[in-house]
Amino acid sequence: METYTLIVLLLAATIRVATPLLLAAIAGLFSERAGVIDLGLEGKMLGAAFAAAAVSATTGSVWLGLGAGIATAVLLALLIGFACITHKGNQVVAGMAVTIMVVGLGPTLGLAWFGLGGQTPQLDGAGQRFMGIAWPGAAAAKEMPFPGLLYSELLSGQNSIVYFTAALVPLSAWIFYRTRFGLRLRAVGENPHAVDTAGISVNGLRYQAVVISGVLCGVAGTYLSTAASSGFVRDMTAGKGYLALAALIFGQWKPVPTLGACLLFAFTDALATRLQGVALPVVGVIPVQFILALPYVLTVWLLAGFVGKAVAPRAIGVPYSKEK
Amino acid sequence: MSAPGTLPRWAELGLLPVINLVAALLISGVVIMLLGESPVAAFKLMAAGSVGTQEGIGYTLYYATNFIFTGLAVAVAYHAGLFNIGAEGQAYIGGLGTALVCLWLGAWPFWAVLPLAVLAGAGFGAVWAFIPAYLQAKRGSHIVITTIMFNFIAASLMTYLLVNVLIKPGQQSPESREFSVNAWMPSATDVLARVGVGFAATPLNLAFGFALGAAVLVWLLVWRTRWGYALRVAGENPAAAVFAGIAPPRVIIGAMLLSGALAGGLGLNELMGSQHRILMDFPSGAGFVGIAVALMGRNHPAGIIVAAVLFGALYQGGSQLSFDMPKINRDMVVVIQGLVILLCGAMENVFKAPLAKLWHGCLARDPKPTGGTPAPR
Repeated sequence: METYTLIVLLLAATIRVATPLLLAAIAGLFSERAGVIDLGLEGKMLGAAFAAAAVSATTGSVWLGLGAGIATAVLLALLIGFACITHKGNQVVAGMAVTIMVVGLGPTLGLAWFGLGGQTPQLDGAGQRFMGIAWPGAAAAKEMPFPGLLYSELLSGQNSIVYFTAALVPLSAWIFYRTRFGLRLRAVGENPHAVDTAGISVNGLRYQAVVISGVLCGVAGTYLSTAASSGFVRDMTAGKGYLALAALIFGQWKPVPTLGACLLFAFTDALATRLQGVALPVVGVIPVQFILALPYVLTVWLLAGFVGKAVAPRAIGVPYSKEK
Repeated sequence: MSAPGTLPRWAELGLLPVINLVAALLISGVVIMLLGESPVAAFKLMAAGSVGTQEGIGYTLYYATNFIFTGLAVAVAYHAGLFNIGAEGQAYIGGLGTALVCLWLGAWPFWAVLPLAVLAGAGFGAVWAFIPAYLQAKRGSHIVITTIMFNFIAASLMTYLLVNVLIKPGQQSPESREFSVNAWMPSATDVLARVGVGFAATPLNLAFGFALGAAVLVWLLVWRTRWGYALRVAGENPAAAVFAGIAPPRVIIGAMLLSGALAGGLGLNELMGSQHRILMDFPSGAGFVGIAVALMGRNHPAGIIVAAVLFGALYQGGSQLSFDMPKINRDMVVVIQGLVILLCGAMENVFKAPLAKLWHGCLARDPKPTGGTPAPR
């Protein structure tokens, strides 16, 4: 029974880690399927995390915080769009630049506004954070471990962002493969000239994709600072944007496989925390760092084409100009 | 990338970076103003703190040393058409090589340790760049993504090594024991004292000379050798390179080996020159500053040295600023760094097009007004 409880708790931890990862990965999916490399995921998330925590701390409403988070991430996304779509700048450089800028800007504004060494105040008032929503009967279900624990720990008790994220995967799959907008989005990432010939604005579509990416990064960042923890701290994304990018590539730029990749990466993360210093039979203690590096190694492995093949959208990274 | 209008070479190389820098500083000035401090006073403080005293100059050049190494690393890869985001990881692993030599051969005299430490740093850095290079050259894996992944893999590996292997026994913080004095890079103060010049005690050390040497070496290799020519052709136009009998995969791997080796030079300054031990996360973002430095220096060694010194001044001035203006901390420098990368690297066309228009407009109207005819190119 103890193993069972352990597994359920491990899965619960997986969900917590996977949520921002999946949000950011789907955000990147929209941008990259439209042909814009999204190296700004990390920066947009971090910016949103700061804005959400700052607004939630000052107004006392986490929903206003969410709004501020989304607005900030969309603004940053538009900045990247302005550089890369309108002015045909280098997408990799723009994403990196925005990320670096936000890494500095968050703590700078935080120090000036709150004077707490670059953090935001602790969010401990009512309504300042996204809290878990207990489903009916969750407490009673706990009494009967199987299958009650699955119900009480995994289905029930998550916050609204987690449920939103769970719905996002089928939703985005539907958008990509069943709607006209999705078809155009995929087309503009593969062959923008064809889209242009059909009389549809390439840049318009790319801007829409970039803004969607901004919105989702905004939600992801808000989750980090107002749901997963209680406030913004320096560098709190800690590479999650790049991990999401890896998951997106590992998921071969498709929504459902990306979900699988995010869950796998989140599970390795949860496992690493759990296995810290635990001696396993046969292999002994596995260094945590090796487990944490696993997602990156797997992604490189896949990119190298040794297992399957990750094929990027054909027009990715290329600014569109009619003449060429 | 299509250039909407052309500029003379001097404007492209000299004027445009200056305009970009001024724009970045102006935007930062607005941010400082929003924080409730005077931007003019802030920039004055930064200038005084970075170049106003001997100590400030020492620190500025000490930071610049790191940025020259990583800037050159980014630039060499750039000339081969590759965007190396992995200088951070390559510097980290390269430093491991340097540190291992210093730890193991500390009993040897300095002149024997030094070449081995240089070779080990360059070698380890090159090895870390080799795998992404090989995968790009032979398997077509996107080098931007693989080098990002390798930064994280390097961080994990180094954390493991520092916590479990290299850590000084009986100590909490993950860092090695101190190198023996034989393996210390002579400080600028000592070197200058030998020729009878007094200089304040700063972390500036002989590695600065190595960085300048590396810049000269890169210039010779990239602009004065057949190999460098092949590198630049392959970077400009891979198809033309193939027709000219150049094999792009070989060029890619060669360029990345050199790039990683250059990034590996950071350990000479940071570990042998200043910390005298190996510790967690010692590159502390220099690999990413290298991107800004290379972009601003237009990927030319001379430009990189200028840009690196400028960023060194920003870093040193930034720490000074955080002392004197309690509302501002060193993160402000990171904001400026991001703005410089954004303006020089991703938004260069924003200023270039109007500037080119202005330039051609002036030229056309100067000798004879030609009425409604468009300006000749």
